[in-house]
Amino acid sequence: MSEASGIYALWYREFKVFTRERSRVVSSLITPLMWLVIFGTGLGSILNGAAVGGDYQTFIYPGIIAMTVLFSSLFFGVYIVWDKKIDFLKEVLVAPISRTSIFFGKVLGGTTDGMIQVVILMVLGTFFGIHYTILSFMATLVFAFILIIGIVSIGLTIGSYMSSPEGFSLIGGFVIFPLFFLSGALFPLKSLPAWLYTFVSINPVTYAVDGLRGIIIGIHQFSIMYDLSIILLFAFIMIVIGTYSFKRMKL
Amino acid sequence: MADAIEAKELTKKFGNLTAVNKISFKIREGEIFGLLGPNGAGKTTTLSMFATLVHPTSGEAYVGGHSIIHEQGAVRKSIGFVFQDPSSDDTLSGRENLYLHALLYGVNLTDINSKIDSVLSLVDLKDKQRVLVKNYSGGMRRRLELARGLLHEPKILFLDEPTLGLDPQTREHMWEYIKELSSKKGVTIIVTTHYMEEAEQLCDRIAIIDHGEIKVLDTPANLRRNVGGDIVTLRFSGKPNVAKLKKLKFIRKTEIKGSTVRLTVYNSAVHLQDILKAAGKVEAVESRSPTMNDVFLHYTGKEIRESGDEAEGGAMERIMHYRANSHR
Repeated sequence: MSEASGIYALWYREFKVFTRERSRVVSSLITPLMWLVIFGTGLGSILNGAAVGGDYQTFIYPGIIAMTVLFSSLFFGVYIVWDKKIDFLKEVLVAPISRTSIFFGKVLGGTTDGMIQVVILMVLGTFFGIHYTILSFMATLVFAFILIIGIVSIGLTIGSYMSSPEGFSLIGGFVIFPLFFLSGALFPLKSLPAWLYTFVSINPVTYAVDGLRGIIIGIHQFSIMYDLSIILLFAFIMIVIGTYSFKRMKL
Repeated sequence: MADAIEAKELTKKFGNLTAVNKISFKIREGEIFGLLGPNGAGKTTTLSMFATLVHPTSGEAYVGGHSIIHEQGAVRKSIGFVFQDPSSDDTLSGRENLYLHALLYGVNLTDINSKIDSVLSLVDLKDKQRVLVKNYSGGMRRRLELARGLLHEPKILFLDEPTLGLDPQTREHMWEYIKELSSKKGVTIIVTTHYMEEAEQLCDRIAIIDHGEIKVLDTPANLRRNVGGDIVTLRFSGKPNVAKLKKLKFIRKTEIKGSTVRLTVYNSAVHLQDILKAAGKVEAVESRSPTMNDVFLHYTGKEIRESGDEAEGGAMERIMHYRANSHR
């Protein structure tokens, strides 16, 4: 019972902090909008629509959703580093709840932040000509949810080993840019050279982007169920690694 | 009476550094127990081991009857910990921090609000409960942490330097809270400090710890008594002549440092006149009962003092100054 209330406690804290630091939400939405409006329009103006199967801006929209949660969810992990710095983590570690619960509480906190951003981006999408049905809206949320859990777990894993926010940013950067650029968020997969396709196909985020794109605008490379299975597996593995890392975490 | 804590040859090494070296002692239920020592003596490490935050290199300890190695969950349930550094979240309000803590410790949902109210009034933070902690003063923050440590009604409470950096007035308030807790609620309290005065005022028993070892463990009164008398310090204008002083039987110990002589005297109130007669002309004389600082000096051979520290303020006030050359 106390494990459940402990998980709720950690979620409650993350949520309070999130609602209190609205600048975090606003700034996390400015970047995707710039990608959509400036990059999407700019590159779209020289692209033959047929290459991506439609309007380029529309094409990258699902990729931009993935990108937004990728960045904000991974860098959510930096808060565990701050918790160490401000000694809040001590308070949590000395409490009678398991490390596993601490990890899940944190994951839920980060996932909530991410989901709020996804919903805002989805609403904004309607201004860019995206149409949702109830089914596609729900399916998008499910895909985003699983992806966010996986990425938040990566962030928390990195954070559990780091003692400085600077160190976290450095490692986080190494991890996040390959995940983003090799995901097909900005380009279609079908005409890639073989060497690049190899890298793209081993990136779990690729399947999240492909699934989201399939659901939102009906363009996809793999079957939606295949995409779903891969990211479920990915999220599961990351949770296992994250839980293990939290158990090993030292102050 | 049962033991709240029992340490058996508890040891912690960090690489080559032995922070805590085979300490063994028992803390009785309901007592206020002080761990006194300079910074880096191993106090915080010892507490962290009791709280299962640091794993001992060897040895064992039982907290509330539970092993700190094999029953970490049970140990954590029975303790409260007020850390040396503030560990509340400053983007949350005082009340929210307490709410969070109550949830973490699995306090019954129906009792949470009433318990938060009662600890808030105990530490006088009721009217500031909705204020974000980042806008709290240092003293308020400390009080909040104390409230938090009490919220889940632990049987054993660890206070790591609870009054560090507090102004004297707030510090005395804090002592009152701590004493009240012990007397009214029967909480066992383990407090670390490097303030002599604090240890003396608060604690039923004190362990003096230095270089990770317990030098002595006793009640403040006994510790004082063992020093062997009052401290009389004489300052001479030139080189001190102690030949005559050394003949006096009631002087137990004579130490010369430059132009000052420090005497350990049996019953100085009665013998001060004789001492001054034997000493001849002195510039200043000071007589006082032994402080914990003298106790520390006695057992470790060095002073416990921080640079620019006001910790001994209370003791200084008690010092009687007598100017031999005064015209008054």
